[in-house]
Amino acid sequence: MTVTASDHTHAIPIDLHINNQPTRLEVEPWTSLLDALREQLHLTGTKKGCDHGQCGACTVLIDGTRINSCLALAVMQDGKAITTIEGLGTVETLHPMQAAFIEHDAFQCGYCTPGQICSAVGMIKEGHARTADEIRELMSGNLCRCGAYSNILAAIEQVMGANISSEKVAA
Amino acid sequence: MNRYTFTQAVDADGAVREKIGADVRFIAGGTNLIDLMKYNVERPDRVVDITKLPMRDIAEAPHGGLRLGALVTNAVCAYDTRIAERYPLLREAILSGASPQLRNAATTGGNLLQRTRCYYFYDVDTPCNKRQPGSGCPAIGGLNRIHAILGTSEHCIATNPSDMNVAMAALGATVNVRGTSGERAIPILDFHRLPDDKPEVDTNLRGDELITSVDLPDEAFATHYTYLKLRDRASYAFALVSVAAALRMEGGTIAEARIALGGVAHKPWRRPEVEALLKGAKPGLQTFSKVADALLEGSRPQSQNAYKIQLAHRAIIRALTQAADGTPQSVADKAIL
Repeated sequence: MTVTASDHTHAIPIDLHINNQPTRLEVEPWTSLLDALREQLHLTGTKKGCDHGQCGACTVLIDGTRINSCLALAVMQDGKAITTIEGLGTVETLHPMQAAFIEHDAFQCGYCTPGQICSAVGMIKEGHARTADEIRELMSGNLCRCGAYSNILAAIEQVMGANISSEKVAA
Repeated sequence: MNRYTFTQAVDADGAVREKIGADVRFIAGGTNLIDLMKYNVERPDRVVDITKLPMRDIAEAPHGGLRLGALVTNAVCAYDTRIAERYPLLREAILSGASPQLRNAATTGGNLLQRTRCYYFYDVDTPCNKRQPGSGCPAIGGLNRIHAILGTSEHCIATNPSDMNVAMAALGATVNVRGTSGERAIPILDFHRLPDDKPEVDTNLRGDELITSVDLPDEAFATHYTYLKLRDRASYAFALVSVAAALRMEGGTIAEARIALGGVAHKPWRRPEVEALLKGAKPGLQTFSKVADALLEGSRPQSQNAYKIQLAHRAIIRALTQAADGTPQSVADKAIL
């Protein structure tokens, strides 16, 4: 979509780079990125939990930054690089965070897991979590109704390596 | 969501012109607007994408301090090294709010315009004077545990949900806006309004105006400050009561004080004449308690939120103590010391 001041009430063509694949699709102006991913592109790894930005199940990376795809309009993502859980690893070659979630039993029902993993990858890239307390705080946008939080924390700590202090550090 | 016309603005003047004469909403981060549209609380005819406008910079402001572009995201603002060094109060307030995903999307301008989280405002099957003027306020006498205790009216007892706004109120920020008749600068304390008999109007922003930037004044209170936020969950929850406290200390004496309260009113609550009581005073429980009394003077509880008066009183004392001691509340470590 070129930058114009023209009006759009119907489907608008946009170009996305989804999991490194150039993808053209037409979206209506009120379609969320989440619905475009799931319903139009059939990338159903990204989950619809609350659909209101409260649970984090729909977390994806846009240009490497984690956001809630339920609160993003697809039409506003033209030209952006979107990474979903399908783009992080494959069944044969898991992303280290996926492998760590399996190793630490960091899920039960699994519904929040794609969002948890995308969020954790985004959090590490942001580089602001140094302690277990900070990981908990900076993963607070992802709810797990099964309560696997302690194992999610363990998986993330493993991926982050030894640079985690269990001591409480003042902000 | 309702069906609307989508437009992308190419410049600020174009955006402002788009805003005239129709039910138009600007969209940037979209974290509040899209949510409200999903609930049919917002049903604009037209949505104008302003994210291509050049308002993403953090720069030195013309008269000292920093100027935040309206499109600077909450995350970029909070983690900017200049903000961290010079305005840690703003940083801590922003980081206490929402979630990392929301802060990555939400913008400075959008956060200023964030709407209340009153249950009735969100539920279109109930009356609400803010959503549907004249329909009534079921929160009065209803579920009002999270509602305001200060500055309420018989028409609305909603609170402003933002943490960023509370810190900006304490710092004395200025909101720069552009409309069809030019630019103007609105002091933050005049930006948000009390509900009075027009609760549908959250701010003094005019219909055609676009927020372009926010100026933070030179006086930054970077040493003696705290943002103390009290809520039902320790993370990812709106404030029941929050306090932004900022002191300028000379020796052991308070030279200047700023106190802004969140979660208790339709706008960040500041009383400069009360802050003046601290000028020249030494920090101490009795002094802080008197200030808390004065700040909460005129508070009126609803049926379920009388607890907020005592909670706010204690929070003010604690926040002033933290600020005076130079031991700000940590966002990650939930212990309140």
